[in-house]
Amino acid sequence: MADFDQELDASGLNCPLPILRAKKALAGMEAGQVLHIIATDPGAVKDFEAFAKQTGNTLKESKEEGGKFVFLMQKN
Amino acid sequence: MSEKKLAIIATKGTLDWGYPPFILASTASALGYQVEIFFTFYGLQLLKKKMDVQVSPLGNPGMPMPMAMDKWFPVIGTAIPGMQSMMTMMMKNKMKAKGVASLEELRELCQEAEVRFIACQMTVDLFDMNPKAFIDGVEFGGAALFFEFAGEADISLFM
Repeated sequence: MADFDQELDASGLNCPLPILRAKKALAGMEAGQVLHIIATDPGAVKDFEAFAKQTGNTLKESKEEGGKFVFLMQKN
Repeated sequence: MSEKKLAIIATKGTLDWGYPPFILASTASALGYQVEIFFTFYGLQLLKKKMDVQVSPLGNPGMPMPMAMDKWFPVIGTAIPGMQSMMTMMMKNKMKAKGVASLEELRELCQEAEVRFIACQMTVDLFDMNPKAFIDGVEFGGAALFFEFAGEADISLFM
């Protein structure tokens, strides 16, 4: 079983689109659910940390995988 | 979490300067801010239904030019006819290739996020602009209306 509830592929998108798409996806999810985000914008790494800090959602994981940036964001 | 507020004044109507207000406004609303943008003077071009904004290398020495043109191309050359539309086209293509959203798309995302757009009534009158040329949802007002919101804002930016 996957360790996330929904997936968002923001590959190829640049600032601020990954954040805006993630926000939209999270809005349609239940508290406690996890969003799996894939991005190629290197700026997304710091941006998702800042997004989590300011929105109260939890960034459970942030890693680089085969040239892509992968995040697990849990909705609060 | 109490809602923070961001107030922006957008004064420029070029392809490049259209980005900062829409990027910051849409991002701030994703972070939970309540956002208002006051569009004045050339910034009003960003509210047109048919947004026809351009970027010019003329008088803009900081603009990176393709094929290192800025190294060997005389400054006066940036004033030749067709240069502006060519540069605008090249910039738009580059943005598309790099996954940068179009201004129209960012503007729509702002509207979806309920960013409040205010058009400066004085400028609309000054330039005889047709209010029908603006997108739906734009409010018209003056400086006092801006301060009603900005006075309570956590961040105010002039662009």
